[in-house]
Amino acid sequence: MVAILEETFRDEWGRVLANLIGFLGDFDLAEEATQEAFAVAAERWPRDGTPASPRAWLVTTARNRALDRIRREQTYAAKLRLLDVPEATEDEMDATAIPDERLELIFTCCHPALALDAQVALTLRTLGGLTTDEIARAFLVPRETMAKRLVRAKHKIAAAGIPFRVPPDHLLPDRLGAVLAVVYLIFNEGYSSPPTRGDLATEAIRLGRALAELMPDEAEVQALLALMLVNDARRDARFADGAPVLLADQDRSLWDAGQIAAGKLALDRALALGGRASYVLQAAIAALHVDDPPDWPQIAALYGELARLTGSPVVELNRAAAIAEAGDPERALTIVDALGLDGYHHLHATRAELLRRLDRPAEARAAYDRALELAGSEAERRFVERRLATLGNDP
Amino acid sequence: MKYMLLIHQGDAPTPRDPEAWARLSEDEQNAVYADYQAINETPGVSSGLQLQDAGTATTVRVQDGTTLTTDGPFVTVKEALNGYLILEADDLDAAIELAARVPAARLGGAVEVRPIAEW
Repeated sequence: MVAILEETFRDEWGRVLANLIGFLGDFDLAEEATQEAFAVAAERWPRDGTPASPRAWLVTTARNRALDRIRREQTYAAKLRLLDVPEATEDEMDATAIPDERLELIFTCCHPALALDAQVALTLRTLGGLTTDEIARAFLVPRETMAKRLVRAKHKIAAAGIPFRVPPDHLLPDRLGAVLAVVYLIFNEGYSSPPTRGDLATEAIRLGRALAELMPDEAEVQALLALMLVNDARRDARFADGAPVLLADQDRSLWDAGQIAAGKLALDRALALGGRASYVLQAAIAALHVDDPPDWPQIAALYGELARLTGSPVVELNRAAAIAEAGDPERALTIVDALGLDGYHHLHATRAELLRRLDRPAEARAAYDRALELAGSEAERRFVERRLATLGNDP
Repeated sequence: MKYMLLIHQGDAPTPRDPEAWARLSEDEQNAVYADYQAINETPGVSSGLQLQDAGTATTVRVQDGTTLTTDGPFVTVKEALNGYLILEADDLDAAIELAARVPAARLGGAVEVRPIAEW
């Protein structure tokens, strides 16, 4: 029962809170009322049974709690966005009459007038339902720092008049880009480190699914979901003993085939919508990587398209790696040597791999040493050390 | 909501500095005038005032009852305020859109959008 409750709470938190914020126009009041409604549910449902529509029950209860509080505080008119607010009723609302305002909420949380770290924290708190403690732990900052960040962001939304709405068409491309960037940042926080923080990746996918459902006609939204699903499907195979495992060496039986299929389906939707922007290209590249064997020339071509779109030297580096996999390490090395990324450890690790293939072990060793100097994390260091050790064993 | 748009010219050329101003083509100069005029005629915009250049500023502080004056603006000359607009708008998005139309914002300066406290 507790598990079912937790699952319902998890699924409903964002929707109920979004609805309350839309109704009240006040983040703090909405959050308190939603929290109270969930607490009442946790006490009553196990005893009296789960209501027919948990969502309608939660929204009705939260609204009633909020209205009670406003009356108590005698600031009725000042606090309410709408002047003719219906009286609180004991009757449950009709579930179909409850608007889904999660999109309004995520666009508000990811408004560019808020700092990026505040956008991330607010999105996880309001839509993800994570506690301040959980968010602080996930981003390795003290609880107090995270609490202040959230308070400050909520204050700015109210004081500066950040609107609670889906942006009009002329603002939508930019603003949607900001929302997707926040979701992808959350995903990568969980994905790029060993599995301990994997729950952030799961949370990002949950947000991605909600967005894909709410904006079914946006190619980039479908593509971001596809990208996250396909990459996350390899999560259990990506690290061994705290160090990353190369794609070719990953144990494919650890990959989640169902999730890869779901990701490819989302990518098909994005392509059918005519998408050819950044997330579509990244998702297509990710999907090609899990084929056996991967189509390296095609991957290299897509990296080329992505590099032209973003102008990113890191993408160029990936293109070079794909060209090497496709059988031309010589050309790959020429590309790598033309990149101005001397401070980037992946550049030197890639150079080392290319030099090894070109049978230039002394230079490969020097490149591994440079990569080791620049490695930012223990996991990266361990990976390079292992590659260096195998070089020593080469004849 | 009411917003104040604080206009900082930064490195943006203005007619006050004829040498810098001359670097703009005639079309660009006309666009600057036309843009400011259009902004002043935008519904919701009121009492836009331009300030004289930051070199004419005097900054006043009071310490232990003594008035201290220093020559120049509170911040550095480059960061100094050069003018402001008041805008009555529905939300921050509308204020940001107007701020983006201020020529200083695209010519090397910046516009700070501040909600006005209402009691």
